[in-house]
Amino acid sequence: MSEHVYRDLSLNGLWKNNPALVQLLGLCPLLAVTASVVNALGLAAATLFVLICSNTAVSLIRHVVSDAVRLPAFVMIIASAVTCTELLMQAYAYELYQILGIFLPLITTNCVILGRADGYASKNAVGRSCFDGAMMGLGFGVVLVLLGALREVFGTGALFADMDLLFGPAAAGWKVVLVEGYQPFLLAILPPGAFIFTGLLIALKNRIDSGIEQRAAARREAPVRGSKRVRVTGTIS
Amino acid sequence: MSLLRITSPHAHGPLSTTRVMQTVLLATLPGVAALVWFFGPGVLVNIAVTSFFAIAFEAAVLKLRGRPVLRTLDDHSAVVTATLLAIALPPYAPWWLLAVGAAASILLAKQLYGGLGYNPFNPAMVGYVVLLISFPVQMSTWAAPRGLAAEVPGLVDALQACFIPASFDGATMATPLDILRQNSDQSLAALYAGTPQLGAWGGVGWQWVSLGFLAGGLWMLYRGIFTWHAPVAMLAALAALAALFYDGGGPGSGGSPLFHLLSGATMFGAFFIVTDPVSSAVSTRGRLIYGALIGVLIYLIRTRGNYPDAVAFAVLIMNFAAPFIDYYTQPRSYGHARGDRP
Repeated sequence: MSEHVYRDLSLNGLWKNNPALVQLLGLCPLLAVTASVVNALGLAAATLFVLICSNTAVSLIRHVVSDAVRLPAFVMIIASAVTCTELLMQAYAYELYQILGIFLPLITTNCVILGRADGYASKNAVGRSCFDGAMMGLGFGVVLVLLGALREVFGTGALFADMDLLFGPAAAGWKVVLVEGYQPFLLAILPPGAFIFTGLLIALKNRIDSGIEQRAAARREAPVRGSKRVRVTGTIS
Repeated sequence: MSLLRITSPHAHGPLSTTRVMQTVLLATLPGVAALVWFFGPGVLVNIAVTSFFAIAFEAAVLKLRGRPVLRTLDDHSAVVTATLLAIALPPYAPWWLLAVGAAASILLAKQLYGGLGYNPFNPAMVGYVVLLISFPVQMSTWAAPRGLAAEVPGLVDALQACFIPASFDGATMATPLDILRQNSDQSLAALYAGTPQLGAWGGVGWQWVSLGFLAGGLWMLYRGIFTWHAPVAMLAALAALAALFYDGGGPGSGGSPLFHLLSGATMFGAFFIVTDPVSSAVSTRGRLIYGALIGVLIYLIRTRGNYPDAVAFAVLIMNFAAPFIDYYTQPRSYGHARGDRP
């Protein structure tokens, strides 16, 4: 039973109810900071951390806080988690903190986080809430990084540039130039490119889903080996 | 409401999409001829290469969507989109620029929305704007016109510029609209005296290109391809605004009405882009409003905005507004009172 719950939670967060591709929540940071992999990874990590912290904390206080004041209490918790994240980033990844700028404090207003706090964590046990936060954060983060990679490749012709901002000087050489002498395609890096690529990712996900659905339908309708055909003779009145 | 009073036979052959598209292609000829005369055969290479990519992309998408490929390609709409885009692009553009433009026009603006007749935005202008904001350098290098350049490039040069861009070195020059934007502190008289590119009215070469597109547009109007409302409203609004701020040609006057009408993409836009039946407003009053607002936006962006020419941006912005305009200008059907709108 319990295993079932965790499997469903992972499936929901990563695919079926993916915050970025299905719920379309948190689009503002999704569109704004995914111009490169390192930015996307930074924000994904920050969001994941905040989501786990806030879901756990909200679940812990769910019997104490009354319904009337629950939203302010949730926002306070989320804001504290965001502040912690911000201070951590200032300490360990200062350049990235400067690039992400306003979008770090804005994690507080990310609908994914408040949505999970109110929709799941405030009604469920601590373990499950924490796991739900992790899965939702991962689902959001994967889309962020994927989008960042796509836009970086199309925009600059390279991948993993400036990874030293996040992983220290050892990562400075991680940059992979895919096309030499690539003419920068500014649209992919500018906000309209974010919209277009997000739309294409959503279309791809829907395509995969409908493919799975069709195959499942075909399997349902396929005759079972050895079954007999129903023979109808005479007229049905 | 006007009733047609003609004798029988009343049956007439309606214009098919293919016929309309062929007429549009024919109507571009005078303008394209002027472009070839003044700027060399670069525009012809542009048209050929862009059409090739547009047809290839269209065929690929139709195949993917399970639509009849040849029957749909036969409506010529991909070629028209490609031709309009290629005319708008700078001549001697590299092939990859044309390919990206064709992809944005056909894949993004047309087929993703469902193909011809379903696109809310003008595909050629979407392609142009995608290129303009993505590749500002390539999009702002215009060839020098005949009479000012030492020599106009030939066909071999044009092919070389398209397929081996690194080896091509043609004479380029700022367009008249560029010149006017960058020298807003000079009076127009001084500007015209100091820069030969400005010519008499709209710039050397440019004025004849504009007149060529005007001639093609008038011919299409005569053939009944579109009604006069949108293009006339656009040209009138642009000229009126230019006249309003002209103040006799002092510094910052923004250019004379004639300059605005005969420079840049005004005439091309008025007759070939604004008249797009799919993405524009459809009611008669709606077309007047749609065209006039495009004219206003063109003037505002040209004189106050960041880009020298503004037809593409103005058209795309008004494409957004076209359904809204249609909603408020819906004609009253005969015999019905003008009821309250929901």
